[in-house]
Amino acid sequence: MDARVSVIAKRLKNIKRIISVASGKGGVGKSLVASTLALNLVEKGFKVGLLDLDLYGPSSHIILGVKNVFPEEKKGIIPPSIHGIKFMSIIYFTEDKPSAFRGIDITNIIIEILAITKWESLDYLIIDMPPGIGDETLDVIRFIKRGEFLVITTESKVSMGAVVKLLKILKELKIPMIGILENMKMTNSSMVKDEAIKLKIPFIGSIKYDNNLEEAIGDPDSLLKSRFMKELNENLIKTNF
Amino acid sequence: MHEWALAESIVMTVLDAAKKEKLKKITEINIQIGELQQIEQDIFEFAIEEIIKSHKNKLKNVKINIATENSKLKCKICNHEWMFSDIRENLNNDESEAIHFIPEVALVHTRCPKCGSPDFDISSGRGVSISSIKGER
Repeated sequence: MDARVSVIAKRLKNIKRIISVASGKGGVGKSLVASTLALNLVEKGFKVGLLDLDLYGPSSHIILGVKNVFPEEKKGIIPPSIHGIKFMSIIYFTEDKPSAFRGIDITNIIIEILAITKWESLDYLIIDMPPGIGDETLDVIRFIKRGEFLVITTESKVSMGAVVKLLKILKELKIPMIGILENMKMTNSSMVKDEAIKLKIPFIGSIKYDNNLEEAIGDPDSLLKSRFMKELNENLIKTNF
Repeated sequence: MHEWALAESIVMTVLDAAKKEKLKKITEINIQIGELQQIEQDIFEFAIEEIIKSHKNKLKNVKINIATENSKLKCKICNHEWMFSDIRENLNNDESEAIHFIPEVALVHTRCPKCGSPDFDISSGRGVSISSIKGER
């Protein structure tokens, strides 16, 4: 009997909302939305945690410009505060070396992180999910009972092909969904909105492709001033954040 | 000292199991710790004793046995088998500490000693588990 699983609910007990930012497809901006969402909520005065569960390709630390920090060890692991966000990532333990993990390793890492990380009280815990419906998604659903999903896509048919599968499985499992957010919008296509209506999933809105965003990566102050953040905020207002 | 966090998980698991099995008192807990966790056993035991104090009714005078499960690592490419203790001295402090927190990062910081592959199984020697508990109904 794995003892670590028993303590997970206690570790998450004082977190009001847990939001997994997910997609069926990679490269649609999940990490960017997760990191900027965390920044946005901190700016609004909320207590926020960010957990990067993309164990093969973590990138939230790059977006937030996290360097030379390590969690404090105090009857567990205390995530360092990055621009006001309690930030936890596998990156503290891998030194940015390649991380080749198989499924059983992924599950064990998730159990260990959830069992030893002491978030204490938070208004929001944002989870930056890896793409797809593999081990991480299934484990988040298994271990985090109160989680809600925010699903990110682009208007590409290729993205939506995979994203629809994620939406369908979340719906089948009756997982609460905040809705679907369309990122990097470049045309007037209503394909994503139409699919969301067809699946009876809330379509939150779109964020236009921001040419200048790359320059803001690694600098939370610049991210907060970006057009991307402005449009993200306009979309968040439409939801229950 | 994340030993405390793991000790807490032991006590919670025992209390959950006692509730499920309708045990009035728990008399013995047998714990298995994976070698890769590199737990400091005295801190871990002390933490369990301290946490138990707030659950005196069910856990008074409970006997606690802690066993280390040796690691067994097996290469998926060349089938070579080894133990973490065979390669531990090759790790620097940061790498060793990282494995202490997240045992699976052994896959990041070490390689098969025979063929150099990063693709190996951790067949045993990780995690914190309870092998058995004894109690009175």
